[in-house]
Amino acid sequence: MALPRAPRAVIPKVLRRYYSGAPSPAAKLNLPIDYKTTSILHHTPSSLSGVSDFPAAATSKRLNLFQAINSALRTALSTSDKVLLFGEDVAFGGVFRCSMDLQTEFGSDRVFNTPLTEQGIAGFAIGAAAEGMKPVAEIQFADYVFPAFDQIVNEAAKFRYREGGTGIDVGGLVFRMPCGAVGHGALYHSQSPEALFAHIPGVRVVMPRSPAQAKGLLLSSIFENNDPVVFLEPKILYRAAVEHVPNEYYTIPLSKAEVIKPGKDLTIISYGQPLYLCSAAITALEKTMPGVKVELIDLRTIYPWDRQTVLGSVRKTGRAVVVHESMINYGVGAEISATIQEGAFLRLEAPVKRVAGWSTHTGLTYEQFILPDVARIYDAMKQTLEY
Amino acid sequence: MDVVMFEAQRQGRLSFYMVSAGEEGIAVGSAAALTPDDVVFAQYREAGVFQQRGFTLKNFMSQLFANCNDHGRGRNMPVHYGQNYPRTHTISSPLATQIPQAAGAAYALKIQDLQNPNQSPRIVACYFGEGAASEGDFHAALNIAATRSCPVVFLCRNNGFAISTPTLEQYRGDGIASRGVGYGIDTVRVDGNDVFAVYEAMKEARERALSDGGRPVLIEAMSYRVSHHSTSDDSFAYRARVEVEDWKRRDNPIIRLRKWLENKGLWNEDLEKETRDSLRKAVLKEFADAEREKKPPLREAFTDVYEEITEEAQEQMKELKRILETYPDEYDLRPYQDGIKGLD
Repeated sequence: MALPRAPRAVIPKVLRRYYSGAPSPAAKLNLPIDYKTTSILHHTPSSLSGVSDFPAAATSKRLNLFQAINSALRTALSTSDKVLLFGEDVAFGGVFRCSMDLQTEFGSDRVFNTPLTEQGIAGFAIGAAAEGMKPVAEIQFADYVFPAFDQIVNEAAKFRYREGGTGIDVGGLVFRMPCGAVGHGALYHSQSPEALFAHIPGVRVVMPRSPAQAKGLLLSSIFENNDPVVFLEPKILYRAAVEHVPNEYYTIPLSKAEVIKPGKDLTIISYGQPLYLCSAAITALEKTMPGVKVELIDLRTIYPWDRQTVLGSVRKTGRAVVVHESMINYGVGAEISATIQEGAFLRLEAPVKRVAGWSTHTGLTYEQFILPDVARIYDAMKQTLEY
Repeated sequence: MDVVMFEAQRQGRLSFYMVSAGEEGIAVGSAAALTPDDVVFAQYREAGVFQQRGFTLKNFMSQLFANCNDHGRGRNMPVHYGQNYPRTHTISSPLATQIPQAAGAAYALKIQDLQNPNQSPRIVACYFGEGAASEGDFHAALNIAATRSCPVVFLCRNNGFAISTPTLEQYRGDGIASRGVGYGIDTVRVDGNDVFAVYEAMKEARERALSDGGRPVLIEAMSYRVSHHSTSDDSFAYRARVEVEDWKRRDNPIIRLRKWLENKGLWNEDLEKETRDSLRKAVLKEFADAEREKKPPLREAFTDVYEEITEEAQEQMKELKRILETYPDEYDLRPYQDGIKGLD
């Protein structure tokens, strides 16, 4: 029997509830990330001008991540009529609003809804790319990409290799998908499957850390690279991360890491949202250990990855910690640690440490205890420095 | 319950909720035709199936608040209910994955029932939406169920929308029912807002599923999603409010049932009010009780991944404990049963 609308008074208001444990009132490290002040983001137009990735003298606008993706897609659709954009619920703007107004602007031939079938979306995109289009296919959540795994792993990744002398490839093909935890996504709205794709030669795996990075990396994926790209967007940043983004077309090269904070004593390698946690942990550590300077590297492309930037940094600092959200077992950190051990062994002053999700699923109530936080990163840096 | 929980989510007391409004007829009518020994694989809009199969208000609320009484051990998003008996498998968010599983489960029941003549024959009932029927798993499921003659009833709730995508962009054939014929499966389309019609269809389907040594049946129950997809959705971004209001008024399974009962003299305004009041009281009581309960102990984050916790995971639990002890100010363990000892 339908209940009448419950009067609000019947359920007394409570303070905001956290579904995976509240921040501790006494916390000094595990505080909510302050996206308004973090040094990871460009809060003023002038902070963009010194960075070589961005066009000189560009006008810019403050955008959050979904608006920056929208800006990149709009730029792509107007740059080339080969660009197509499709996926589930894309027509009305997408469940995260990344494709807002694009169907109205570019028409339903180029921006459209598909039936609910990830394997169909992926295969359709591969076919369109093989015949010369630049399809940007949206998978609604990275957690739902697995029906498309066969198409991505066995088809997209192997396309050029299989075609060989025919010279046919699927360049311009991009699979976009929101990934990562947000605090209440549980088993199927939290996953970061980058390591699964990074195991597959033939696909590039990209994860931007911010709105301005996302626009340049996405345009690069579509126009300046002839390999299929799995483009993972940390969905917690869609609304939270706001920064100045150049209005015009620009690209940021794939497979090139960036040192986002120079240092001399320890190298932190990360990508995506955990960079904000790393930055907060570094600030705290440099306060408690005066004189220590930590270098922070954003991998940006997870595979094929920029080994030389990472090795160069670790040869300088002699210490490294790798941080990522997805599970530690057979994860990106394992690959990076092994490469550092091979390429910088004689320079190492301490074992390479990994801070990552534990080897379990993202249970709703336990999320904050499973994924890396500022305290764990702080602790790992301290242990590595004091080794 | 839907009204209270939707409101509770809006107040930030639940992370998420999905209502079944407008589709209660399908869930309740169909589940009423099942026996407790039948097995159910559902999607996420079948609270009525759970309720009909004995899932109590306390069970619902414990799951929604992910507390220590939750069958899912606090791991799943709200509305991902599950119970052992009458067996109703825990909801999984990915769409359509349950459909081929239902075929396999039905095959298992068929073999077991053949091997054990004392067991009265059972079926599997599998629920999904018309959007999920676009997934490859749907095709795989119906085809394999037909070839292995599985006693399974596939029940498709066609509510007109997959989040924002209307059926016109989901398929061009004659709904989902027309596909059943292609697989060689007995198929019926039924008015999902007529609870008796759904009951009759499931009753007949169940009989057929158990005839001739087992065979699958497809039911397409037509309805309309009067609610938003979930609390994360505002459906007025893609459809007119007036369309929704019109459906609510004109063709609602509960209003139709109520009118029928009133015409038969079995229901009246007083009974309606009395029932609503007592139900609301019961919901709010369980709500308050469940919200006060502790969360399960932290070890449940690591248990059940494998049957036994691996050596690696045990070390991770120790490391987590060391962190919690080294940085006690950084974590609030009070909501969790047994606090830090919950990791032992």
